[in-house]
Amino acid sequence: MPRRSRLHIPQHHSRPGEEPDFSYLETSPAGAVGRPDVNARVRDIGHLAVELVRVLDDDHGAAGPWHPHLDPPELQVGLRHMLLTRIFDDRMQRAQRTGKISFYMRSFGEEAVSVAQCMALRPRDMLFPSYRNQGLYVVRGKPLVELMCQLLSNTRDMCKGRQLPVMYHWKDGRIFSISGNLTTQFPQAVGWAMAAAIKGEDDIAVSWIGEGSSAEADFHHAMLFASVYQAPVILNVVNNQWAISTFQGFAGGEQRSFAARGPGYGMAGVRVDGNDFLAVYAVTQWAAERARTGAGPTLIEHVTYRGAAHSTSDDPSRYRPKDDYEKWPLGDPVERLKNHLISLGEWSEERHAALVKELEEHVLESWKEAVQYGTLTDGPRLSRDLMWEDVFKEMPEHLRKQREQLRAEQGG
Amino acid sequence: MPQMNMIQALNSAMDIMLGRDPNVVVLGEDVGYFGGVFRVTDGLQRKYGEHRVLDTPIAEGAIVGAAIGMGVNGLRPVAEVQFADYIYPACDQIFSELARLRYRSAGEFWAPVTIRTPCGGGIRGGQTHSQSPEGIFTHVCGIKVVMPSNPYDAKGLLIASIEDDDPVVFFEPKRIYNGPFDGDPNKPAVPWSTHPKGEVPDGYYTVPIGKAEVVRKGAQVTIVTYGTMVYVCEAAARSLGLDAEIIDVRTMVPLDVDTICTSVKKTGRCLIAHEATRFSGFGAELSATIQEECFWDLEAPIQRVAGWDTPYPHAFEWEYFPGPQRVAGGLKAVMETP
Repeated sequence: MPRRSRLHIPQHHSRPGEEPDFSYLETSPAGAVGRPDVNARVRDIGHLAVELVRVLDDDHGAAGPWHPHLDPPELQVGLRHMLLTRIFDDRMQRAQRTGKISFYMRSFGEEAVSVAQCMALRPRDMLFPSYRNQGLYVVRGKPLVELMCQLLSNTRDMCKGRQLPVMYHWKDGRIFSISGNLTTQFPQAVGWAMAAAIKGEDDIAVSWIGEGSSAEADFHHAMLFASVYQAPVILNVVNNQWAISTFQGFAGGEQRSFAARGPGYGMAGVRVDGNDFLAVYAVTQWAAERARTGAGPTLIEHVTYRGAAHSTSDDPSRYRPKDDYEKWPLGDPVERLKNHLISLGEWSEERHAALVKELEEHVLESWKEAVQYGTLTDGPRLSRDLMWEDVFKEMPEHLRKQREQLRAEQGG
Repeated sequence: MPQMNMIQALNSAMDIMLGRDPNVVVLGEDVGYFGGVFRVTDGLQRKYGEHRVLDTPIAEGAIVGAAIGMGVNGLRPVAEVQFADYIYPACDQIFSELARLRYRSAGEFWAPVTIRTPCGGGIRGGQTHSQSPEGIFTHVCGIKVVMPSNPYDAKGLLIASIEDDDPVVFFEPKRIYNGPFDGDPNKPAVPWSTHPKGEVPDGYYTVPIGKAEVVRKGAQVTIVTYGTMVYVCEAAARSLGLDAEIIDVRTMVPLDVDTICTSVKKTGRCLIAHEATRFSGFGAELSATIQEECFWDLEAPIQRVAGWDTPYPHAFEWEYFPGPQRVAGGLKAVMETP
């Protein structure tokens, strides 16, 4: 047969009604991947972009050179943050279903990425998140009431009613405003990091996108600028396997890992088990030290799984098997850290159940307080005059006129 | 008073701001060691160093994206996009991010970025080096849009733009970098040293954003224009012996409606001229606003003179360019109506 050119269409591994098939996933045994010196040259650490850094093993132990040797109290804090994130997500999902908020996005299955990374960073490091990084807010201690008020677009909404739910920001907590336009924060994080270096400060910038949005030009812009200027930045690709309904093969994940794009641009690339709290923590620590000591930026690919729908507007049963998350080979990040702590004798099912109950109560109490400040459907409401503010620093004449026109239309 | 052309005036503005404010940085393609393809940043890297005046890769979206991050981290970036024709890859960062960051974060985050970009034709640049896309930027809420027409304003407006805490897209009409141009390519070039606005103070001063200027007082008709077309309109009015009042808009957002409408109410006639394409051009906004504000004072329909609604063709540049003949045609039309 003569050879012909062909068009390849990436094929999903399993569709609704089929058995989940994760045979495509290449993993490494826990503890098997070497940990290079933080000053290692990019050309010498290519293996990090291919193998999978893992610390937690199948028997709930921790092994290998990436073991961060955190004290049990710190691990317990990590577990608490992940659990709170999950319980908060569940409660807000239900609030959307009952019509109290218009939209929500859970981070179910990906909690370790935000929580472990944020714990491995310094408080002054600047975070440029995507829309599934609510764990960052939990770790940095933003009161849940304030997040809920944003979700409700009520009188205490930090965004003054201007943003879709989950598009938070927190200047004092050094967490950048979330955009609905994907990946725009990536080059911005690089610019922030370049400014830190220009000013001679040792704060670093950290940003997150999904593997699907690594297809955007801004990903490539960020990678190029980070590499050219060796900016003190950590760029994270959270490979949760799904971009709404298209699997990671459509973002280019079939032929090579996303982490491998790091060395492709001349910067370190690390592929890590994103559901392994200890591995994510250790890799982040390594990348942060690299950035802070002038050894350059790092691209981290977190191999994880989007356990829930993309958003409350999405129904994944239309494009993937219903039980796929239970079959995900890398397990659940909360369960894995919990079992590790139990194996260390530092946790128990009883303590876990008590913590769940405590956090559920905290979330419920926060919700009761938040709705007092208004919901989308019930007052009190924000002043409509806020619509005209912050378009510019000073309100120009044409906006003043429009504000008066609306006042005249509605009275008052 | 020192004489400067527009390139020297813009260079002086950045020199002064780099010197006054350690947070000002300049970045863009070829702006560093080489000093820019139009020489606007000449000598600045030598004087302020590679960390203050940065050469960048050819990626306009990344230049603006990085500038936003720098602005959020306390710097005051002046980004150059080498030609306005190349600004489109940066538009998501400008429209969706830079313009709306202050709004979406309720004032917590903002980036005082100035984007300088040379625009306009008449330089044999063909359809990829001649565009005037200013109107597109005026349609986006949250950015200021500026276009000077002479060295004095160029320096004062650029300093004001750099100091402004809102983002500014700053268009530089490159046909008049070296001298005013009346629209006749066959005449010898005229340097800025022959023009009063070529006198530019060495030191710091600003020209306020949001203020139009009456560049010629007149009684018979108001011409509202900006950039290169200021000089083309002057020549056209002169050729007809008309006592025209000519207004240089200078800032499209925020627009100085008062100065424009005061003049139109006085003369009762108005012609709007710009080099950009006509359909949905900034002239349409000017015309609508003037009609709303001045309808009962108008003696004749408002005339618009603009570039044709085609790409800017290389071989037919002077057929495309809205030169003095086309402006004169518009002026005749607006004067004919009783």
